[in-house]
Amino acid sequence: MSGTNDLYDPKQVAALDPETLDAARADASAAFAGATTLEALTALKPAHLGDRSPVLTARREIGALPPQARSESGKRVNEVRQAIQTEYDQRHAVLSTERDERVLAEEAVDVTLPGDRHARGSRHPLTQISERVADIFIGMGYEVAEGPEVESEWLNFDALNFLPDHPARTMQDTFHVEPPEARQVLRTHTSPVQIRTLLARDLPVYVVCPGRTFRTDELDATHTPVFHQVEGLAVDEGITMAHLKGTLDAFAQAMFGPESVTRLRPSYFPFTEPSAEVDVWFPEKRGGAGWVEWGGCGMVDPNVLRACGVDAEKYSGFAFGMGLERTLQFRNGLPDMRDMVEGDVRFTSAFAVEP
Amino acid sequence: MRVPVSWLLEHVQLPPDGAPLTAEAVGEALIRVGLEVEDVLPIPATTGPLVVGRVASIEELTEFKKPIRYCRVDVGPEHNDSEGDGAGTRGIVCGATNFVEGDLVVAALPGAVLPGDFAIAARKTYGHVSDGMICALDELGLGDDHSGILVLPPGTADPGDDGATLLGLDDAVLDIAVTPDRGYALSVRGVARELACALDAPYGDPALLGFELPTPDGVAWPVTLDPASGCRRFVARRVTDLDPTAPSPWWLRRRLLLCGVRPISLAVDVTNYVMLELGQPMHAYDATKLSGDIVVRRAGADEKITTLDDAQRALDPDDVLVTDDSGPIGLAGIMGGASTEVGPETADVLLEAATWDAPSVARAARRHRLPSEAARRFEREVDPGVARAAADRAAWLLANYGGATVSPGVTDEGGVPAPAPVLMALDLPDRVAGTRYERGAVVRRLSQIGCAVEVAGADPGGSGEAGVRATPPTWRPDLTRPADLVEEVLRLEGYEGIPSELPAARPGTGLTLGQRRRRQLSRALADAGYDEVLPSPFVAPSVFDALGLDADDPRRRALRLANPLDADRALMATTLLPGLLDAVVRNVSRGLRDLALYQIGQVVRPDADGPTEAPVLPVDARPDDAAFATVLEGLPAQPLRVGAVLAGAWDRAGWWGPGRPADWADAIEAARLVGQVYGAELTVTSDRHAPWHPGRCAALHLPDGTLVGHAGELHPKVLETLGLPARTCAMELELDRLPLVEARPSPAVSPFPPVLLDVALVLDAAVPSAAVVTALRDGGGDLVEDVRLFDVYTGPQVGEGNRSLAFALRLRAPDRTLTLEEASARRDAAVETAAERHGARLR
Repeated sequence: MSGTNDLYDPKQVAALDPETLDAARADASAAFAGATTLEALTALKPAHLGDRSPVLTARREIGALPPQARSESGKRVNEVRQAIQTEYDQRHAVLSTERDERVLAEEAVDVTLPGDRHARGSRHPLTQISERVADIFIGMGYEVAEGPEVESEWLNFDALNFLPDHPARTMQDTFHVEPPEARQVLRTHTSPVQIRTLLARDLPVYVVCPGRTFRTDELDATHTPVFHQVEGLAVDEGITMAHLKGTLDAFAQAMFGPESVTRLRPSYFPFTEPSAEVDVWFPEKRGGAGWVEWGGCGMVDPNVLRACGVDAEKYSGFAFGMGLERTLQFRNGLPDMRDMVEGDVRFTSAFAVEP
Repeated sequence: MRVPVSWLLEHVQLPPDGAPLTAEAVGEALIRVGLEVEDVLPIPATTGPLVVGRVASIEELTEFKKPIRYCRVDVGPEHNDSEGDGAGTRGIVCGATNFVEGDLVVAALPGAVLPGDFAIAARKTYGHVSDGMICALDELGLGDDHSGILVLPPGTADPGDDGATLLGLDDAVLDIAVTPDRGYALSVRGVARELACALDAPYGDPALLGFELPTPDGVAWPVTLDPASGCRRFVARRVTDLDPTAPSPWWLRRRLLLCGVRPISLAVDVTNYVMLELGQPMHAYDATKLSGDIVVRRAGADEKITTLDDAQRALDPDDVLVTDDSGPIGLAGIMGGASTEVGPETADVLLEAATWDAPSVARAARRHRLPSEAARRFEREVDPGVARAAADRAAWLLANYGGATVSPGVTDEGGVPAPAPVLMALDLPDRVAGTRYERGAVVRRLSQIGCAVEVAGADPGGSGEAGVRATPPTWRPDLTRPADLVEEVLRLEGYEGIPSELPAARPGTGLTLGQRRRRQLSRALADAGYDEVLPSPFVAPSVFDALGLDADDPRRRALRLANPLDADRALMATTLLPGLLDAVVRNVSRGLRDLALYQIGQVVRPDADGPTEAPVLPVDARPDDAAFATVLEGLPAQPLRVGAVLAGAWDRAGWWGPGRPADWADAIEAARLVGQVYGAELTVTSDRHAPWHPGRCAALHLPDGTLVGHAGELHPKVLETLGLPARTCAMELELDRLPLVEARPSPAVSPFPPVLLDVALVLDAAVPSAAVVTALRDGGGDLVEDVRLFDVYTGPQVGEGNRSLAFALRLRAPDRTLTLEEASARRDAAVETAAERHGARLR
């Protein structure tokens, strides 16, 4: 400290006395430590850090000191004030943490309570798989063609090279519509859409036709009179059976994974020549990867092209068809065909909304 | 078709040093060339001693409830008792009675295990030791016949011979589903040919086996074919002095059994055998019962026949008949008549091997519901070239095993039409398959299936390439075009050799707008809480009564099926509601009560006239546009619809509080959601329309007035009749009536602040809120951006028969900040219009 000032009145600046400041600090410290809640602590703040608190009163006195004494006193007062503030902040932090923990603990809920105020809906797996198949073929440049379910016999049979009285016609157990001379049926396959497409569109044609079809099979675990098919048709110049095989392989891989592949077995359909059954290598087959019967296919019979006015010398085509119920049955391990038609919400819900 | 592997291999010459072919390998080879082998069924194994025995003595044990015999059977020195009373035989107790002393039987001896783990041991029974078992056919795994024990024809074998070898138990049966184009494969002859092709092995055609028969002289019987009958060929041979009691030889009976045909008598067995072997259905007449010439013709008016199954059948003029002076004696290609049937005394047999017109047989078999084995073959075409061989074969078998004399007469009317040659470019198989077959493959494969093949100079298509001229064999009427020959080459060369490649990708346009909207709608409904169901479209007429439809409601006009599965449900649904409501009932019965279901699907709406006669269009060229249009117009309308039903709680009750039942407003909201997906503002008006509650039914229209459908709560009477939960609600809209807007117009979004004003109006309670909203909008003009009803109040404060509707109005100008004064003026104008139109007054 520098020399004394004559005008200095020690009585008036007692607040700057170090002992007084230390006492103020000790008081504050004790008071803060005694506060057990944030509210109590906040209430103590004016007394120890407010305008009228000892330390701020002391700071105001600094101005009254001679200039040479101000520096040291100011420093001392500030140190004490800083210390009290720090103690306050620390105590505040401790008490807030305590309060937060208490409040959060109090606000805890049973997160296992259900939240299903409103049930979610779902889409039928047949709709989903039919869209998935359509998307796969749209990715290959195909378009989706559709047609009516009550169909003319000419479209369902005649134009598809089913000869009158040929056993192939009776092989597809057909629902006929009254009266017989109307020559209408519930379509037994989606193939009439192929005819509609060839008659309506310009060539080349690459279409996929999903839809509901009908045969007179009694409903049981493995049969249903109302079922769904998806068919594909490509008619272009230079289409070969190799293209058919490549397309089926691409389809199988999109549906069942990159390991999947198809195998063709010679068969017979009136509307294709040559014709084949399609087996697919299904990696997830129950009991180990293996071949599963999937559908039918072949090169479009020239008679079909002729009935549609397509020049069979210039154009050729392939067609294939699969049952969607059957595909779901082995892909999703569906045990009973009846679940598809009975409309039990537990069945549909399991499949959610995809794709 | 069931066929034993051993029979097939008799006609296929396998390499002598090759490994024996397993039944599975035979099955796989046939699958490779296109026969659908559904099953390979080995004859179940018998192990241990199975021997031939001769019944030496029979002692009838009469003290039991059923006939029991104690037999002494000579089973050969190795197995006979060597000492005691019965030395030289063995004692066996038997419950069957279809044999006599001296008969040859098959006995399983102790230590033998028969199919089904049936172990044979010596045991004491009925007071005797039974030291083995005399076997019936089913116990040996040869069919299901248990009517008696197996008695072998005399001379078949000697006592002590090995039974398993004699019976041919080391064999398997293939069960083959024959596709309709391959009628020839309904025979051992045809299947063996396919096997030979598949194995590239030499083939022996059983139709070419020669038999020693008398030199033909004259006719077996006079036969006339009426050309209108469509009969292509009629071959007949006659045998006399047949011993009607002569049994069929064991080898023949065995083959019939394995093919699933029950042996009956030599004459019948022989005709069945020849059908299985050569594919030619045969018929045997008792020649003594024939009167006069045989005439083949179509049926006359009112003719009748009693067929072999003793059924009297009224004949159709389209039926083809075999007749004699007495009238019809056979329904051609399907079943013979009872009057000329071969019986237990028949010694004089006329054998028929004919080729009938396939479509005629197909129609008659359907008409008379007689899908016989013969009809199945004839409707798939029978080789006209094999008729004579079949008749000869049958005559020879009867001579050889029945002591009959074959008459020299041979009747052979009609003929074998020469198949037309098919010309094909030599490289067509390559072009179809997308690969290159080795040189000579085409000629080799076509020859293999029986074609006469010549390589011709130039291709018929004129490309200058070489061509082949293939004349198909008589058993392949399906080969008429180059494409048919291509299939033969490809299948025999093997589909596995065809490469896998993708056609060049084409740009597509993706889903159509309609398809996209349908998908969006499906997702939107599922996202809103609805579960999709796909119920059956078959309904009973009574459902329309249950729905409370008026007698003249057009929805009663439903398409009728001629052959429904369930006679009660013969109609095609005209609305989606019956199927959806069925699904509700089923779910409720399974304890699932909170339901929101939807379906998107076609319904069938025939017009008032219903389906009418359709023109028959050609198939050899594109149909005439007008004729095709007539066919399409003849189809009933099949509009695409969406339906939804609601029952139980929409919001569930839970720890959060009470739930909220689904109500009419939810159903109408679902309809609005459909409109939203299609970008159409649907106007809601009150309507009375079955099956809805008359006070809780909304009609939904497009702005142009087109009715789209209905929504609301269903009529309580309907709910009661159908057993549905109270307050079940439904919605059904016709999607085809909704507009498809590809590019929705963009709105002009004003960046200026809105003025929000509320008005509460008191009105007659009968005024629909939607009408008030319209009035407010109209009165407020273009500055009214939104009108939202936020409260409905009824009570003493607004007076009896009135209600208060409170609306929040949002007003905004496109180009400036709207002043409160301007907004208030607009609000007043809006209220004024509501007052004028509906008598509304400010509350």
